[in-house]
Amino acid sequence: MIELLFMNGYGVYVLSAFGFTLLSFSGLYVITKLQFAKEQNKFVAKFGSLNSDKANSAKLQRINKEILANATNN
Amino acid sequence: MFKLLEPNKIFQITSKAPGYVLFLFVVVLTVGLTEALILSPEDYKQSDAVRIMYVHVPSAWISLGIFSSITLLSVSGFIFKNKNLFLIAKSLAPSGFVFNIIALVTGSIWGKPTWGTWWAWDARITSMLILALFFALYLIAWRIYEKEEKVFKITAFITIIGIINVPITKYSVEWWNTLHQPASINILSKSSIHSSMLFPLLIMTAAFALFSLLIFLMKYNTELIKIKNKGLDRL
Repeated sequence: MIELLFMNGYGVYVLSAFGFTLLSFSGLYVITKLQFAKEQNKFVAKFGSLNSDKANSAKLQRINKEILANATNN
Repeated sequence: MFKLLEPNKIFQITSKAPGYVLFLFVVVLTVGLTEALILSPEDYKQSDAVRIMYVHVPSAWISLGIFSSITLLSVSGFIFKNKNLFLIAKSLAPSGFVFNIIALVTGSIWGKPTWGTWWAWDARITSMLILALFFALYLIAWRIYEKEEKVFKITAFITIIGIINVPITKYSVEWWNTLHQPASINILSKSSIHSSMLFPLLIMTAAFALFSLLIFLMKYNTELIKIKNKGLDRL
């Protein structure tokens, strides 16, 4: 196991390169996910504040229904 | 053809796809990491340092591919007056930028044991740094300008100027004397890399491509919801 991590003395370089890559992936994923959740919550809140006529007219658009359905599923 | 690209139709697919893409990405990445870190052989010259190639090269390829796609989409958006093409381009940019940064940082880490330095103003490295600056300019432009027409024009301009740098990056190792070796993988002719190293490299490239697809889908959905939020304000 130690030999596997040591990698003939290059372990610190190899693992830091892989570590940086995976850390960047995690960071980008979390930021994108948070941005998505923020916009989705904003949409649900705005939709909730509409009166029934406006809500019905907004629901005529399929995409609005999809966004609401996804928000409830999450 | 552009009717197929209507946001209302696309959202039906893009809203469901991230879950499947994430699953596939985790599977392919697990296989790729096992191949890259454990199963693939060490290099006769670089020893285990060569393993950095499995994150460095795919990142560079994907960032160059994404910048080229962004340019194509922005120019097409301008020619065909299609806003959705600009939205697709905008959604691709964050992962392209992150892959560019990964290529620079992992390249720097790889440089230390192989060249004895973290950084050199070598043609390939410098042109990758310039590409990162174009990505940054592109993303900043979307943040600064609010008027659609203006931001479309400015981002298209940035990509058209920036795309000149892409062939320079690709052929820099042939045009100038650089620390980088010439390309080991050729689509049209025989590659000089051994299959035991090519296979993990291709798997890691597939994993990275899936990750950029995942981020693209999430970002694109966010942008669509943003537009719909503005629509609700107008009701």
